[in-house]
Amino acid sequence: MVRKCVLCDERRAVLRRPKTHQQVCKDCFFAAFEDEVHRTIIDNRLFKRGDRVAIGASGGKDSTVLAYIMKLLNDRHGYGLDLFLLSIDEGITGYRDDSLETVKRNEEQYGIPLKIVSYKELYGWTMDEIVREIGRKNNCTFCGVFRRQALDRGAAALRATKMVTGHNADDVAETVLLNILRGDIARLSRCAAISTGDDGALPRSKPFKYTYEKEIVMYAYFKKLDYFSTECIYSPNAYRGFAREYVKDLEAIRPQAILDIIRSAEEFRFSLTAKMPEQGTCERCGYISSQRWCKACVLLEGLNKGLPQLGVSKSRGSAKAPSASSRTPIFLA
Amino acid sequence: MVEINLEFSGGLELLFGDVKQHKVQVPAKDGAIQVLISDLLVWIRGNLLKERPEMFLKGDSVRPGILVLINDCDWELCGRLASPVEDGDTVVFISTLHGG
Ligand SMILES: [Zn+2]
Ligand SMILES: [Zn+2]
Repeated sequence: MVRKCVLCDERRAVLRRPKTHQQVCKDCFFAAFEDEVHRTIIDNRLFKRGDRVAIGASGGKDSTVLAYIMKLLNDRHGYGLDLFLLSIDEGITGYRDDSLETVKRNEEQYGIPLKIVSYKELYGWTMDEIVREIGRKNNCTFCGVFRRQALDRGAAALRATKMVTGHNADDVAETVLLNILRGDIARLSRCAAISTGDDGALPRSKPFKYTYEKEIVMYAYFKKLDYFSTECIYSPNAYRGFAREYVKDLEAIRPQAILDIIRSAEEFRFSLTAKMPEQGTCERCGYISSQRWCKACVLLEGLNKGLPQLGVSKSRGSAKAPSASSRTPIFLA
Repeated sequence: MVEINLEFSGGLELLFGDVKQHKVQVPAKDGAIQVLISDLLVWIRGNLLKERPEMFLKGDSVRPGILVLINDCDWELCGRLASPVEDGDTVVFISTLHGG
């Protein structure tokens, strides 16, 4: 039994869109997918003509599709952007080596110049060396803090005016749930925003904020895009995995749930009495920080002194635990 | 007995000895004339899956977040577990669960 596409009523349907339940053919899917990302970019004014945009590229599915689509939309709609691929080499043998090879092929395939910055050159340590020093317990803390700053430093070297990342709707829903479970108000208020950077940091945005992971993977599959998929060898990250599984279970029952979670997070209002950390700069390296030293410098100090527990506190936010009052959520209608 | 081409990607190949493509012969259930995807999953679990079955299956279906395509068509369009597979069909399993 061949089902026809509900959009063109002509070609064979190949997929059911999770967002709309429509059954669509390959061509209509490509057109709808591309157009929705374009609308997201335009409606949210993510870029302006002449922007130099660094695409955070890991070689994985999301950032590979993002690079492809940024190039396609920039050409098709004349955004007037200069695009760059920006990759981080964490120094993880056998994991990052292979994914960097993928990014290097993407550079050729899409004709977008690539810059790679490494933990080794920025911090003097590879992740392999850090794990040898601290074991596998807090390695994701180090890697996360270092990656965020490395991306900013790479973007600065490219003289980028904007950065985009491949976070998709499933990722955002998952992060919203995690931040609720952790009671992390500062992050909860930011994580559903399509762009951040009002605090003086380089503006970052997520053009795939409303794009389902299923469609990104289907798009890559039907377009035969070249991406790399292996889990980081150091990242069991059980807590996030749990939220991820929960989001996928919800999606299986009701795909709309993903957009509902994002929408509800957008509608959260945070009490003004909840104190948000003030942004300054790190005394040591000049990176934006709400503390005297940025988190990366605190972690590095610990590593270099052979006290790697330094900075890996029980609190998850800044180097200093927020006061009890600022952790209490107050939701207004 | 039907001959089916299987393909595992998005990291799933690691559960199958790091081999992406497999050509397999799958028997119909006793008394049945057709082989359904549900039969195929049971067969894969018993004959092909090398490790960590919970990464591939949940309950009697695939783990949520794994996409299934039958002859390049989303299985959600053809009845999911109840989709019949025929001689020469290609069934693709793609994990969306790995980092992007
Ligand atoms: Zn169509
Ligand atoms: Zn610093």
